Amino acid sequence: MVRKKIRVLIAKPGLDGHDRGAIVVAQGLRDAGMEVIYMGLRLSPEQIAEAAIQEDVDVIGLSCLSGGHLSLFSKTIDSFKERSNKKVVFIGGGIIPKKDIGVLKAAGIAGTFGPGTPINEIISFIKAELEKVSDDKED
Amino acid sequence: MAEIKERKKEFKTAVDGIVVERVYSPGSISEGEIDTSLPGEYPFTRNIMPAGYRTRLWTMRQYAGFATVEETNRRYKYLYKQGQTGFSVAFHLPTQMGYDSDHPLALPEIGRVGVAIDSLQDMEDLWSGIPLGEVSTSMTINTTASIILAMYIAAAEKQGVAQSNLMGTVQNDLLKEYVARNTYVFSPEHSMRLTTDICSYCAQNMPKWNSISISGYHMREAGATAIQEAAFSLCNGIAYVQAMIARGMNVDSFAPRFSFFFAAFTNLFEEVAKFRALRRLWAKIMKERFHAKNERSMMLKFHVQTGGCTLAEQQPLNNVVRVTIQALAAILGSCQSLHTNSYDEALALPSEEAVQLALRTQQVLAYESGVADTVDPMGGSYYMEWLTSKIEEGVQKYIATIDKMGGALEAIKKGYIQREIRRSAYNHQRAVDTGEQVVVGVNQYTSEEQTPLELLEIDESVARKQLERLNKLKSRRDSDKVHQLLDKVRQIASSEENIMPVLIEAAKAYATVGEITDALRDVFGEYKEPSVL
Repeated sequence: MVRKKIRVLIAKPGLDGHDRGAIVVAQGLRDAGMEVIYMGLRLSPEQIAEAAIQEDVDVIGLSCLSGGHLSLFSKTIDSFKERSNKKVVFIGGGIIPKKDIGVLKAAGIAGTFGPGTPINEIISFIKAELEKVSDDKED
Repeated sequence: MAEIKERKKEFKTAVDGIVVERVYSPGSISEGEIDTSLPGEYPFTRNIMPAGYRTRLWTMRQYAGFATVEETNRRYKYLYKQGQTGFSVAFHLPTQMGYDSDHPLALPEIGRVGVAIDSLQDMEDLWSGIPLGEVSTSMTINTTASIILAMYIAAAEKQGVAQSNLMGTVQNDLLKEYVARNTYVFSPEHSMRLTTDICSYCAQNMPKWNSISISGYHMREAGATAIQEAAFSLCNGIAYVQAMIARGMNVDSFAPRFSFFFAAFTNLFEEVAKFRALRRLWAKIMKERFHAKNERSMMLKFHVQTGGCTLAEQQPLNNVVRVTIQALAAILGSCQSLHTNSYDEALALPSEEAVQLALRTQQVLAYESGVADTVDPMGGSYYMEWLTSKIEEGVQKYIATIDKMGGALEAIKKGYIQREIRRSAYNHQRAVDTGEQVVVGVNQYTSEEQTPLELLEIDESVARKQLERLNKLKSRRDSDKVHQLLDKVRQIASSEENIMPVLIEAAKAYATVGEITDALRDVFGEYKEPSVL
């Protein structure tokens, strides 16, 4: 079976301008053979949701280092779900206190990756999560 | 001769990968390259002052600001009592990007990475009980620097302090915002206009104020190597000097108030050599390229912050050690002021306890280590002198390349500087991922144990409080006067007149940051970043 390439959208919601992590991850996933759309900075949750649908992505990666992650990440998930039934994997990164990781998970962020995360860990995580999504479909 | 075994095939400096020899000796530096200048002598390699820290220690300046002005004012008073000798204001993102707290984009960000300042009223309360005539204040503000400086001048006037007596710095370095940090709003050309408006206003009215802080720090944090950080900031510096000269200003009328801001990472010698090379390079640029006559125009003075991106989330207490080495590098590099990061900053905004330890680190270095007892103690070390020249050489190559492209502004518009930095960031990540670059506790000597930390939290009531403050202000002020002044802002923005005087008037009438920036948006429009990846 020929698997189609994994499509990933990486975006930064809110006003935070720290984009090193988002760009390095985007580049790393691209080098790992994924199709990566890097949307850039200062985006509203709605803009990210729209783009994710248009680009028909499997994974949405959100990055925020300003502390606004709880509201910005969950709003992005809500905006996406209002517009689409597609099962996508949401991942997050930035300066995220440990106690917020559970809150984000409950909101739908499958994995949160802080500073110091090896890219391979993110790649394996995405692949494992997408396996789960496709298993769900077969049920 | 028997072969001497070594641990590795090659030893390299951490970030720039300069190959380091086993040992350095008098023959390592060719005769013509020996820099025998003394501290306080051109080209100021060793120090801009003859007696360095023997005259005055560096300013211990911790960057701080969060929540509303009341909380930040409390933190400032606390730091002041702890012996901090200068302030450094962190503004929340809406203030930095010209949105009032009640703007939809502002809501999730209120009071998070800095203090919320919407109007002069917030600025007055921020400094309540702190005499602005006696302290020096550094403000990390760029796109809205002119507005915030206007509010600071107005707040000082209310305390009875004339602007000519104010001491401090506005960052006001827009060029690096397009490369890293990303708080630009207007096009590079419009930004350059605002930046140079501030520089010429300060040159004429605020003799003790640093009108710009040309920042390599954020480019370094975005991934630049030490050489790239030095080179790109000097190129930005050159662009600002050229722009000021193009406005008809004499170089010696403004250059003495130009200041710089760099990072210090953990590779000790590389960092010290970078600071030494930077001083030498800037002095030569100012003298040879711009024909400065006043020696103060040639003196590179700078603030240092330890490397935020070197802080690890894993085993956070290790960060205390990293910060100590980095602070030592800054001091051996003869910085004018220093911010030490807190060990918990890979996890959250720093807690009060962590901030105190960071300040104590500087105090131990200042008063117990003896490193401040003699000027440039590393000077004359064969290795240090060799490495200083090596870094200088690397920086000069970049400057030549960027000169050929037409200068920093063109290089940024072409995306050259951005690409160079991104390449370095990715190379670094790969080196860490493959283990070629060891990061203790991250890719070696890891442990599952978790250190529980008490982190700072910004609770939701902060946004509510700030919105209430803003609403009250808007209902209380003379809004006809505000609107007249906003029209005047538009009119002057479209002319060639200096924007500062009308901004001070508008600040005094309690026009808000968002309203004034909107008036500027009406004239300048907004800049859309080109695609980067």
